[in-house]
Amino acid sequence: MEHAVEFKNITKRFGSVTANNAVNLYLDRGVIMSLLGENGSGKTTLMNMLAGIYFPDEGQIFVDGQPVTIASPKDAFDHGIGMIHQHFMLVDVFTAAENVALGLEDGKYDLKAVAEKVKEISDKYGFGIDPNKKVYDMSVSEKQTVEIIKVLYRGADILILDEPTAVLTPQETDNLFKIMRNMKADGKAIIIITHKLNEVMDVSDVVAVLRKGEHIATVRTNETTADALTEMMVGRAVKLNIDRLDPVNPQPRLTIAGLTCRDSEGVKKLDDVGFIAFGGEILGIAGIAGSGQKELLEAIAGLRHIDEGSIIYSPEGKNPEELVGKTPMEIKDAGVSLAFVPEDRLGMGLVGGMGMTENMMLRSWNKGKGIFVDRKEPEALAEEVYKFLEVVTPSIDYPVRKLSGGNVQKVLVGREIASSPSVLMSAYAVRGLDINTSYIIYNLMAGQKAKGVAVIFVGEDLDVLLQLCDKILVLCDGKVSGLVDARTTTKEEIGLLMTSVGGKE
Amino acid sequence: MNKKEPLIRLAKRENMNKNMVWLIRVAAFIFAIIIGGLIFFAADANPISAYATMIAGSLGKKSGIRQVVKTAIPLLGTAIALAPCFKMKYWNIGAEGQITMGAVGATLFALKLPKILPSAPLLILMGLSAIIFGAFWAVIPAFFKAKWGTNETLFTLMLNYIAIGIVGWLQGGPWEGKPGSQIIPNFDKKAVLPKIFGVHIGWIFVLLLVVFIYIYLNKTKHGYEVAVLGESENTARYAGMNVGKVTMRTAALSGAISGFVGYMIASGANQTLYAGVAGGVGFTAITVCWLAQLNPFVMILISVLLAILSKGASTLQTELAVPASISDIITGIILLSMLGCEFFINYKMIFRKSNKKEAE
Repeated sequence: MEHAVEFKNITKRFGSVTANNAVNLYLDRGVIMSLLGENGSGKTTLMNMLAGIYFPDEGQIFVDGQPVTIASPKDAFDHGIGMIHQHFMLVDVFTAAENVALGLEDGKYDLKAVAEKVKEISDKYGFGIDPNKKVYDMSVSEKQTVEIIKVLYRGADILILDEPTAVLTPQETDNLFKIMRNMKADGKAIIIITHKLNEVMDVSDVVAVLRKGEHIATVRTNETTADALTEMMVGRAVKLNIDRLDPVNPQPRLTIAGLTCRDSEGVKKLDDVGFIAFGGEILGIAGIAGSGQKELLEAIAGLRHIDEGSIIYSPEGKNPEELVGKTPMEIKDAGVSLAFVPEDRLGMGLVGGMGMTENMMLRSWNKGKGIFVDRKEPEALAEEVYKFLEVVTPSIDYPVRKLSGGNVQKVLVGREIASSPSVLMSAYAVRGLDINTSYIIYNLMAGQKAKGVAVIFVGEDLDVLLQLCDKILVLCDGKVSGLVDARTTTKEEIGLLMTSVGGKE
Repeated sequence: MNKKEPLIRLAKRENMNKNMVWLIRVAAFIFAIIIGGLIFFAADANPISAYATMIAGSLGKKSGIRQVVKTAIPLLGTAIALAPCFKMKYWNIGAEGQITMGAVGATLFALKLPKILPSAPLLILMGLSAIIFGAFWAVIPAFFKAKWGTNETLFTLMLNYIAIGIVGWLQGGPWEGKPGSQIIPNFDKKAVLPKIFGVHIGWIFVLLLVVFIYIYLNKTKHGYEVAVLGESENTARYAGMNVGKVTMRTAALSGAISGFVGYMIASGANQTLYAGVAGGVGFTAITVCWLAQLNPFVMILISVLLAILSKGASTLQTELAVPASISDIITGIILLSMLGCEFFINYKMIFRKSNKKEAE
């Protein structure tokens, strides 16, 4: 039998960067393959070439043994290849069926027929989706389901899923894997891009490991171990552990009560949130994306209008003070620091077009008298962060937008830590980072905790939260769903809390 | 082999060699000149003598050079005024109106006070008044944007027409000279800017403004705020900047400089006020600003180049009877190719390899 897909000597360069170097890889039908690699190892680039988004510089792609030219996503569909991207491309005000019908080229628009076929696909693989439900009423996992149905509807039998579990709860992930196995049984070839090892071991039959754009090896999942895969991925043996010390003399640092925030449309984004963050502890915050994590941090930092509630800040050796009503500048000067890494990493906290020095100035620009900005101090700080965190950049004046994700994060976190805060808030601090750098960041957080800082850590990876934090606060729909001890809780417990307040169905 | 690779693919390129960048820009300019030559040819004019006439008319004589400088002053001044706004990604396309209102502010004193005041204080008063009028006109949309998030593009554009309408009313109403003439009388000599080397002193002012705005944008706290806000409003808020205040302050600065340009046009060049005082400068300056990529020193070059083209065009019309609209076409082609060549600086094209090579 011919391979469903085969890459032969595929090379793709972006300017001077080689994203994929002579990759040889194949995939058969009825197989789930994990494409494993760190960020920047060229996983997504390789798959984008299969999906018609990029065109290879060298090499040839074969589908069913035939050499093919995939110059556009449409070509990819013609060859039965469909990709489910990380960012959903759905029209919110349309129903599932309408979204599927969008862009169909069979000449007629028969919504009823589309809805029927969507239902049929949904039943066949166990999606459980209502074709007439509007997208804005859907949960993240339902939206993802619509994306998958979209490509199945178009007859795709080679499916690529780009980090599909990043936005899902543990329970939703299990469900997705069940669907993937159903599709596999139906003879589809499935590629899942991921960097979570436990998922790799759980769902895939074979694992292809990429490192720095090169294909390192393809192994059968049942013949390898997580440690062996990590070594292939990173290139050397790495010890992945976080030193979690017991908190020393924790004192309440931030006491939050009854915090309620509404957005511009009057919808409650935070609803009566209350908790205490202790100095010398890491408080993890878990929740489905968009459950109010961002709003909570912004409210504390003074960046969001607070409708009700209080935030009492009790710095060491000083009188407690109320933060509600203070400007972001006053809150920052008091020692409450926000190292916020938003979805696009540069949207807030860093200025992409500026170099490290000017980004350091974001903290200090208003210091000093006179109308001119002081460049000397930020320059020294930039040098320090550059050396201490081993930031890879041609110069400290090189635009941070052009740095790799990990280096961008180092700049941001390095600057926040340098201001020696007494509360350090961080959201998605390791998003897009390679394993090694992630652990550098985790250990930096742990180091801050050891210094007596109250660390609030919003994270996506539950495994990491369980290892890193002392307590975990779970948010669900803007409400506090539960506060658990990170040392004794389980992923399943947190998963349940994420989907329903108090963990009850 | 059924391999059909796309004929042309685009790839982003980075860190192009500086010399190469300038080579491409010069090539684009030459390309535009050649295309322009073809257009002259089509209009029955000898391209070489046409270009020669344009250069001789604008740079060959003292009077030509003076005219060029006079045209370049408001262009440069307004481009400088727009630079902080554009750096902030605040799309102020209302320089036309801000210039006009500045001219109104200057005229207010120019008409009434010469009997009382000597020249120097009068000119200073006119300048200050122009700055205040221009700044006020620019702050209105900025205030609405800061308070209620209105769209500044439409708002600033609409204010242009109101400003021009106000002058129209002044011309026929309170400031009308001879009844029924619809013309505001010429300024008293005391209210006219002095000349240096045959051109009103404005050229010194705009050169000072170039240096000022360069320092303002690159060295000051204000300039830093503008730069951060231009990149991301969220980051600016995060850094503790008062977004509304910065927006209004920057718009006011922009309007103040535009207003000052209005003063220079009314007092230096026209020596009177009429509805067309800005004459499209507020819009052409947008092109100058972007062609120079917000670099104030490059703006000098661009505004002089445009002034040369404009003066050359009028010479062409009088000497070779080539319609001025032909020159406008050529100006357009030059601008288009200068902007277009940035595409080739940012992207490279990869052509399909020939089949022969592939077979080997």
